[in-house]
Amino acid sequence: MSGLRVIVGCKRVIDYAVKIRVKPDKLGVVTDGVKHSMNPFDEIAVEEAVRMKEKKLASEIIAVSCGPTQCQETLRTAMAMGADKSIHVEVDAATYENLQPLHVAKILAKVAQDEKADIVFTGKQAIDDDCNQTGQMVAALLDWPQATFASKVEKANGDLTVTREIDGGLETIKVKLPAVLTADLRLNEPRYATLPNIMKAKKKPMAKKKPADYGVDVAPRQSILKVEDPPVRQAGSKLDSVETLVGKLKDAGLVPS
Amino acid sequence: MSSILTKLNVGAKSWCRASHMLMSARLQWQTAATLSSKVEAASKTLFGSDNKDMSLRLPADFLSPEEQMMKDSVARLAAERIQPYVAEMDEQSAMREDVIKCLFENGLMGVEIPEEYGGTGSKFFMANIVIEELAKVDPAVSVFCDVQNTLINMLFVKLGNDQQKDKYLPRLATDTVGSFCLSEAESGSDAFALRTSAVKDGSDYVLNGTKIWITNAEHADVFLVMANADTSAGYKGITCFIVDRDMPGLSIGKKENKLGIRASSTCAVTLDNVRVPSSNILGEFGKGYKYAIEMLNGGRIGIAAQMLGLAQGCFNHAVAYTQERKQFGKRVFDFQGIQHQIAHAATQIALGRVMMCNAARRHEIGLPVVKEAAMVKYFAGEVATHVTSKSIEWMGGVGYTKDYPVEKYYRDCKVGTIYEGTSNIQLNTIAKCLEQEGLI
Repeated sequence: MSGLRVIVGCKRVIDYAVKIRVKPDKLGVVTDGVKHSMNPFDEIAVEEAVRMKEKKLASEIIAVSCGPTQCQETLRTAMAMGADKSIHVEVDAATYENLQPLHVAKILAKVAQDEKADIVFTGKQAIDDDCNQTGQMVAALLDWPQATFASKVEKANGDLTVTREIDGGLETIKVKLPAVLTADLRLNEPRYATLPNIMKAKKKPMAKKKPADYGVDVAPRQSILKVEDPPVRQAGSKLDSVETLVGKLKDAGLVPS
Repeated sequence: MSSILTKLNVGAKSWCRASHMLMSARLQWQTAATLSSKVEAASKTLFGSDNKDMSLRLPADFLSPEEQMMKDSVARLAAERIQPYVAEMDEQSAMREDVIKCLFENGLMGVEIPEEYGGTGSKFFMANIVIEELAKVDPAVSVFCDVQNTLINMLFVKLGNDQQKDKYLPRLATDTVGSFCLSEAESGSDAFALRTSAVKDGSDYVLNGTKIWITNAEHADVFLVMANADTSAGYKGITCFIVDRDMPGLSIGKKENKLGIRASSTCAVTLDNVRVPSSNILGEFGKGYKYAIEMLNGGRIGIAAQMLGLAQGCFNHAVAYTQERKQFGKRVFDFQGIQHQIAHAATQIALGRVMMCNAARRHEIGLPVVKEAAMVKYFAGEVATHVTSKSIEWMGGVGYTKDYPVEKYYRDCKVGTIYEGTSNIQLNTIAKCLEQEGLI
């Protein structure tokens, strides 16, 4: 079987280590001058795709990112990790604030068709909106099987055997190709971009597109009303016995007395 | 261009006595002209800029996109793979094997080794970026990497013949650590008074002597030993020999129990009738003194990068604390006295960085850096001493305990004013350069 063609979705998000601050107008968080990097779960997806290529299961990896110009840095990181080429779907900053998983899913689905992909791989969710929707929507749009929250991916003949992390533990399923996969934390540990690969990434092609090229309308379908800090955590109290605990729960009306 | 020269001329006139005036102006003229054409050529290679004016206006600390990516990558690696072990390695005075492996696997031990030998194939500035980012997390790991890159690798790359390069460079890039052996008990600053001898015997040399303060000796498999092979020629007999760890007669002493950079091994290296073939001479016979001087220029800029990274790392920890700790109803950071001290420290670090970047770029394009390297190493040592000391003060009692990282930076920085040329030696060098330039 010839190598699989893999599309990997890479979202540029605020770096996980940064302390998030709400903007004064309470319509979003401060992003200006704040450190951004690739969504950690997308990195895991890129790493898995690169490992599949190293095992000769995949033949080409195409990284895709939707957003403003800075997304090109994210794509360069993906190429420095081993992606062969990338596509930057340019969305201006204002529209980007209201870009939803459905918009991105439509774009990724179109890219997958254009590039004749066998696998669409994304992180399970983005760490900024925690939507956990894009992968699933792509599968629905393409009418492909989906294997989400993957913690292990293996190829067996023409199918993929995927171990998924679910509430009850681990579930192993078989999916026919082409398929959509979303990466969970324990799938792998992504490599660091080494200098030789950073230099090689310079020469890899990056296509610049617009949502209109894929016939996708990215006009916002929703607007943000308010963004607030979570309430400041109140101190708890230590109790001396189970009886006291039950008493307090009854007093608070949380347990029928 | 001519306006700059006019300004230099005017500046020279107003500062120098008549007899020195013309000479210094001419020197600055020459330097400026050489600088501009070299910088043009260099910036084309570095940044692909064809614009003549652009090349003269790029800030010294400007990073190319690749350099920025590398900086981010090393910063992440250091935070994820080294940070968790810093305290443990310091306490046990031992560098973890997995940390060493991580450095090799990510190409950080062979930054300037050409690609055909399995290295990263990059330039000096990139090595400095690596050294600086590592030092923000652990100055001991940083010096481990610095010695390999700026001294060992560069000596082989610049002086090795094809057999030596083929034999050692691929190993140095992938799994072999090297040590540079110059200092002895009786010759530190007075390096050329070294007494390790190399006596010719047939086509071999027999080496005898003891080297001390040798960094990386615990892990090194290859040693570059400076020995005098012709004592009648004085320091012009000093020759650089490649000595493998398994050569009979070579023994490594116990690790020094140091104040700082404890994870970096520092040992005595004894040579007891070590027989070395003459094919193991690196470079030319009797030119060892020259190589030591030249390599140490780059080494000094590397140490400056280490010291500035150390200062920045310490500063970041301490200032973050001041932004959380409250006294008298406000954050420690909100007191003007503290802000002034913090601002002063940040300015010092920034000045040092710009000097370091400038010296590194000059070195990269082949401009003389003797004065600049001495200045930046001296300055960076002072900055690190000041910033680490203040950092402990800003943190108060907790800064004084081993539960917080700043006391380690305070201990680590002291060696910066001592190794690879003491601060006093750097000041001597600067004064000598100034005299040669005709400015005093």
